Amino acid sequence: MSVRWPPAAGRGLLLAAAATAALAVLAPLVALAIAFADARGEVWTHLGATILPEAIRNTALLAGLVGLGSGVLGVALAWLVATRTFPLSRVFDWALLLPLAAPAYVVGFVFVALLEFAGPVQHAMREALGPGARLPDVRSLWGVAFVMTLVLYPYVYLLARGAFAQLDASQMEAARSLGLSRTAAFRRVALPAARPAIAAGCALAMMEALADFGTVSVFGVRTLTEAIYRVWFGMFDRVAATQLASVLLLVTFALLAVERWSRGRARVSQAHGRPVAAIYPPLRGWRAGLACLACALVLGLAFVLPLGVLVVWAFSSGDAWAPSRDLPLVANTLRLATVAAALTVAGALVFAYARRVDGRRLARAASAVARLGYSVPGPVLAVGALVCFAGVDRMVLPHLPAGVAAWLPPLLTGSLVGLLAAYFARFAALALLPVEAGLGRLGPELDEAARTLGASPARLAARIHAPLLRGSLAAAFLLVLVDVMKEMPVTLLLRPLGTDTLAVAVWQRTTEGLWEAAAVPSLTIVAAGLVPVALVHRLGEAWREQSRRRAA
Amino acid sequence: MTRLLLSYTLASATLAALTVAPLAAQQKTVTVYSSRSHYGAESVFDDFTRQTGIKVVFFNGNNNEVFERLKAEGARTPADLLLTVDAGNLWNAAREGLLAPVASKVLEANVPPQYRDADGRWFGIALRARTIAYSTARVKPGEVPTYKSLGDPRWKGRLCLRSSTNIYNQSLIAALIAGRGEARVEQMVRAWVANQPVYVNGDTGLLQAIAAGQCDVGISNTYYLGRLLEKDPAFPVALAWADQQGSGVHVNVSGGGVTTHAKHRAEAIALLEFLTAPAAQATLAGRSHEYPVNPAVAPLPMLGGWGTFKADQGGVAAAGAYQAAAVKLADRAGYR
Repeated sequence: MSVRWPPAAGRGLLLAAAATAALAVLAPLVALAIAFADARGEVWTHLGATILPEAIRNTALLAGLVGLGSGVLGVALAWLVATRTFPLSRVFDWALLLPLAAPAYVVGFVFVALLEFAGPVQHAMREALGPGARLPDVRSLWGVAFVMTLVLYPYVYLLARGAFAQLDASQMEAARSLGLSRTAAFRRVALPAARPAIAAGCALAMMEALADFGTVSVFGVRTLTEAIYRVWFGMFDRVAATQLASVLLLVTFALLAVERWSRGRARVSQAHGRPVAAIYPPLRGWRAGLACLACALVLGLAFVLPLGVLVVWAFSSGDAWAPSRDLPLVANTLRLATVAAALTVAGALVFAYARRVDGRRLARAASAVARLGYSVPGPVLAVGALVCFAGVDRMVLPHLPAGVAAWLPPLLTGSLVGLLAAYFARFAALALLPVEAGLGRLGPELDEAARTLGASPARLAARIHAPLLRGSLAAAFLLVLVDVMKEMPVTLLLRPLGTDTLAVAVWQRTTEGLWEAAAVPSLTIVAAGLVPVALVHRLGEAWREQSRRRAA
Repeated sequence: MTRLLLSYTLASATLAALTVAPLAAQQKTVTVYSSRSHYGAESVFDDFTRQTGIKVVFFNGNNNEVFERLKAEGARTPADLLLTVDAGNLWNAAREGLLAPVASKVLEANVPPQYRDADGRWFGIALRARTIAYSTARVKPGEVPTYKSLGDPRWKGRLCLRSSTNIYNQSLIAALIAGRGEARVEQMVRAWVANQPVYVNGDTGLLQAIAAGQCDVGISNTYYLGRLLEKDPAFPVALAWADQQGSGVHVNVSGGGVTTHAKHRAEAIALLEFLTAPAAQATLAGRSHEYPVNPAVAPLPMLGGWGTFKADQGGVAAAGAYQAAAVKLADRAGYR
């Protein structure tokens, strides 16, 4: 679907911008892919005979379980909170987003530390029930799938919640009046309308599960990412490692193709009448209690429990908050995250609009390429970016006048610009999927009506699209912001000298197994993440209130 | 209003973030790329600054990531010294031409030849032995004399192992291959795997698993037990020096080398000499529970209490040379 804007120059500019941004995402991957010139038959034979089958099987299962789990959980919670009132439902509305603020590897480690044989839970069991009492091994595929579902459901919840909030009560009422039961109405009216958002959320959760290295290594599960790491750093073979990473990319391609297909072709126009919650009576009695309990359970397991354990560890480790040491870390983290999020959302808009304006191959390809960075494991992308930057620096710097070159720090390698570019490559998908889902909800009739009334493209975007896209943009900004704050491998490798972040502080302690000591910086990351979550929620509320008032 | 506030915040944040602050170094500095972190002995670097007036600037990261960054930066690297926690990484860095030879009588006196590079490209600063840990409650001393004995069927279901993805285990297997050849080591590792080992996170986790009763024997670096014993002297796990009748315990070094493109070469050499001198060695080993590499310095009393041990004389560089083979061997044997 494309809307022809008369100024061809404008269209051309947008496409050029999209192509450049896509190159920025592609460059690190290409730097790695140059490896393919070198066949590595012997390594592949070795891998195929030993660890590859298990790695592929585990990766597929993990992605499937996490996609399914976070999809079901996210949609169920989003629908519950969007349509029903029950005790604390207003709190749960934003509180269910809180798990976004906690890094997955931290939550994973908390669960393993709690539930492993030597941990407190099994220790208590043995005291109470005798030495034979055991729990199934938490360090397993089911364990990591469970924890990742708990950590990643907010992606689906956030996007589905936004989609459900846009639903109009009249659509549901029409369905009910035509004889559909509540469940059928949900299934046939609400779900299809929210399908793009739900598909986007599930895809993000699955891609995060595919690319994760920290959490799966805590659980000792052999995935493709672990195999890549092993080949790269164990066998000193970067070439074979990047060849393996390309297998991962193929899987992601397939995943994204499915997501694109399942987004469907339906266009549901925005009608800002009454919110859909208006037609559902508030829950009472045991049902209300059950709903409250369900939300509390999810939130408790995904957020409150890990937070509590971290607080206990923070106190027992005796490692205090030292403002002179820790405030610069917080400042660096927030600064980097904000700028990276702004940059990435801007880039996502460029990609999304390029597709909308000109649906030909170039725009589509740019958009498809932009998503790849997210499913490449962090360490792999980081090294690709490093190699790419080093290459660019080597090519550009010799041509600068001698005096300038000596004074200038490396342009890209180990510079802030390089780090931001790497964040962009890594997280473009995170911003792109919500923005595209949101933009897709805006039908061509909006643009056409604006055109007939004489609006220029810029005015159309600013006055018509922007207010309607606010929710998606806020969601995209929040997701990238929080992910950059938690991000470790890219930051660890590419950060400028002297720019340490909270995630680096966590790494410094966990690398020697001092998890208790890592509690304070982990808690700081969570605390820093709470601010944008609360902010996005408040803004979302304000906007919903605004559109309700306008419609009335 | 919100829009204004947001755009203002964004603008100022962007400005602040992109301001390049050139490092106006009034003081002499040395930049260290290090994968050592939080061993508890970081005060030695403050001591160095106090004594020489040279400021130490750190860049921390994982072994591999630090190596990749050093390699990518090439001649423009700000790094003067590379510090790692494993000899294999030093060997690899030297092989890639990232470390430059240093001729220093002081270093040669401080560091025995088997713990430094023959060409002077890297020097160990602390030793760690990787040996057998066992439960004092359920295992008698002398029951597990060798690495090979961990493959005895009596330890079936009673063995804990750390993942073979970990560099310390890779170095152990690599050193064993260097000494005995691949075939015998593969047999040994297969025997370990046949005992259905419980895989744990980290050596500290392994020692805690032994204490809790999940298993009875395992392999661990010495300093992890040192730290646990310092917190709790009654911790029910002890160390058995492996292969004392044979080639000796596997020993690894944490060490450093001056980078090829170091801008402050003299300062980097001074730092290495300081770290291997008796005073710093005592602090280093004392705080981190490692063994000092300088033979003139005695280890901590607690470590001294474990007795002296025969160390594998094969030279720590072998670990690097055979590391890739070690990983492939682990894959073939099913050691996860």
